[in-house]
Amino acid sequence: MISVRGLVTEIRRYPSAIAGLLLILVFLALALYSLLTLPREQAIQLWRGGAVWHDSPRNARPIWYNALPGTNLPQTLVLDSERDPEVKEQREINDDHNEISIVFEFEYDHDGFPPELNLFMRAQYDTRRPFATVRWVTPDERSFSILQGGLEREHTVRIDQLDRLRRELDDLRPSIGLFRDPDSDPDAPEPLHGTYRLEIEGVAFEADSDIEARFVRYGQVHGVAGTDHVRRGIAVALLYGTRPALAFGILAAVGSSVSTLILAAVGAWYRGRLDAILQRLTEVNMVLPLLPILVMVGTLYSRSLWVMLGIVVLFGIFSAGIKTYRAMFLQIRELPYIEAARAYGAGNARIVFRYMIPKVLPTLIPSFVTVIPTFVFLEATLAMLGLGDPVLPTWGKVLEDAYRNGALYHGQYSWVLLPSALLILTGLGFAMFGFALDRIFNPRLRER
Amino acid sequence: MSNDVLLRANELRTHFELRKYGFLKAGEVRAVDGVSFTIRRGEAVAIVGESGCGKSTLARTILGLYEPTGGSIVFDDEDISSFDRAKIAWYRRRVGYVQQDPYAALPPFMDVRRLLLEPLIVNGIRNRAEQQERIVRSMHEIKLTPPESFLEKFPHQLSGGQQQRVVIARAKILDPQLIVADEPVSMLDASVRVEVLQLLRQLQIDHGLALLYITHDLSTVRYFCERAFVMYGAHIVEQAPVDQLLSAPQHPYTRALVAAIPDPDAANATRFRSVPHGEPPSLANPPSGCRFHPRCPHTIEGLCRDHEPPYFTTAPDRRVACWLYGESS
Repeated sequence: MISVRGLVTEIRRYPSAIAGLLLILVFLALALYSLLTLPREQAIQLWRGGAVWHDSPRNARPIWYNALPGTNLPQTLVLDSERDPEVKEQREINDDHNEISIVFEFEYDHDGFPPELNLFMRAQYDTRRPFATVRWVTPDERSFSILQGGLEREHTVRIDQLDRLRRELDDLRPSIGLFRDPDSDPDAPEPLHGTYRLEIEGVAFEADSDIEARFVRYGQVHGVAGTDHVRRGIAVALLYGTRPALAFGILAAVGSSVSTLILAAVGAWYRGRLDAILQRLTEVNMVLPLLPILVMVGTLYSRSLWVMLGIVVLFGIFSAGIKTYRAMFLQIRELPYIEAARAYGAGNARIVFRYMIPKVLPTLIPSFVTVIPTFVFLEATLAMLGLGDPVLPTWGKVLEDAYRNGALYHGQYSWVLLPSALLILTGLGFAMFGFALDRIFNPRLRER
Repeated sequence: MSNDVLLRANELRTHFELRKYGFLKAGEVRAVDGVSFTIRRGEAVAIVGESGCGKSTLARTILGLYEPTGGSIVFDDEDISSFDRAKIAWYRRRVGYVQQDPYAALPPFMDVRRLLLEPLIVNGIRNRAEQQERIVRSMHEIKLTPPESFLEKFPHQLSGGQQQRVVIARAKILDPQLIVADEPVSMLDASVRVEVLQLLRQLQIDHGLALLYITHDLSTVRYFCERAFVMYGAHIVEQAPVDQLLSAPQHPYTRALVAAIPDPDAANATRFRSVPHGEPPSLANPPSGCRFHPRCPHTIEGLCRDHEPPYFTTAPDRRVACWLYGESS
């Protein structure tokens, strides 16, 4: 048996163990960080909400794309008259007649064009709707009319959908046309750099009537990990996903291995009918395919991560491992030290837990660690098959979304590569640590 | 029944069922078949016999590790063959067990302190001071001193002789009245055998323990025991004080065993000894009558083949199961 201190010194001799342990610690730290900063409810809301995504672009790349040399893609820019009141001017003309002017001014020096432009306006009024004129002014002082008319209480202008504006811009999508250098070829548009202005002139016809505006220039890059087809930040799922991944992997691996070990020991010690029942259950279970059963349960009953975990553990308990362990225990139960323990009066439970299991535990601890990735991958596999937890954001579900939306065909490599990298690194960490543990606990396997 | 009897075995039988295809009964192996003897307090008794004669099974039956098929064991006037839980626990505290292979007899994942602690914990001795006191005392008794330098060691860090001494300490730590030692030195180097046997003998004398010493080696018995039982084919064929047994063996099997003891005499180099021909009897299908008759040079026609010999008392404290002595008495 190796003491804890001895274990630490041993681990320090294996660089791969240190690397593996570091990876595991990084993931544990990520899980802890997400636990502290991203409570479950908030994560689910960020993942399933709707309004929270208004300000995010669709299918954006991660923001660190711009760190690549020669890349300067537009980022998301949000200008809000409520958040930034100095862009707004209000002139009272008489008791119930106000003039409101909002001017958003911004620099544009990126390559390429924004994927989308939206203007969200809110009007306050009782009966008489305020009137507004919105104009787009380019650095070279050309001006385009965006809107002219009465405002609803929630008035959304999706600039790309304004057909009139589109015709005016040589039939280019307005988010391109509005930024195009007029000297460039309409078939290969180039952006015009400089200061753009969005001028909103409003007239309100009631004393308390008011207008607020929020302009969103969506980016081609957004967030730490980009966004998906419904404007969700993938980072949320990647960060939050460490929790279900680690929980599923560790609980399933340890839960099933330890229960298997205990059942095998109990069966081998008592023999007789109990052992026979355990063996028959195992044999029946060994011919049942796990994945179709999971598909069945997922389709007919529940796709909750914890239901799946329960089934994986349950089926994992009565796995082939019970046969291997039993073979080891059948040898151990005949060892003289067990007989000696019986002779001085040790009871059955004591013999199973204190004399039989400790004898094999050192050889098995490494395998507990090395099977963890198997279960992390199983969770991702289930998600890929459409059996992911319907509520929780997990790495597997990010991959599933990427697959279903053809991320790779659209060049959104990061959407696929980021969750894959996390899965691979998790597997690598546990595998490297487990293999090193194997060499420490089973010195006979150590290479010369 | 005199009060100096510690353990009395009465017609003890331990049979193992043989099965075919896992469920059909196909006979039984009678490893111990009607064995009766007594062990007195503070007495060292040897059970001698060849491999497969049932002596280890007898030891395990006496230790309560096998449930006897028939007969009874009376220990200190208590019948323990009923296998009542409380009685078995009481009995196990009073009987120590020393096994053949010391390394296998010690759990490899426990250090010496833990090893010695286990019997104490199992038997409800939980007072820290008393545990420590008993462990240190045991270590002194087996002469592994100073105790501190051995208590933290694991079995694989000890030599064979030290391991066997730890086994003895574990058997002794509950202060038993009887120690059963099943071939305690046969796995040890010749150089440490005497040492371990002397240690065992010393403990036995110092603490007034009874000792049941099981061996196939008659030569060690002489220095070690007061009485010896000779086992052959699941029976005890002769019970006698050791010196008488060795100087004047009575049963033909005992005579053969004694004749086989190596004797350092140069003349032996040119002589062959007479050894009984044949194989040990099968315990699943033992010979009729006297079990030694197929190999016996003195078979009496019409008697040995068909009738099992009872015990004949040939001298005080001396019994032999052989028809040769039935006729003379």
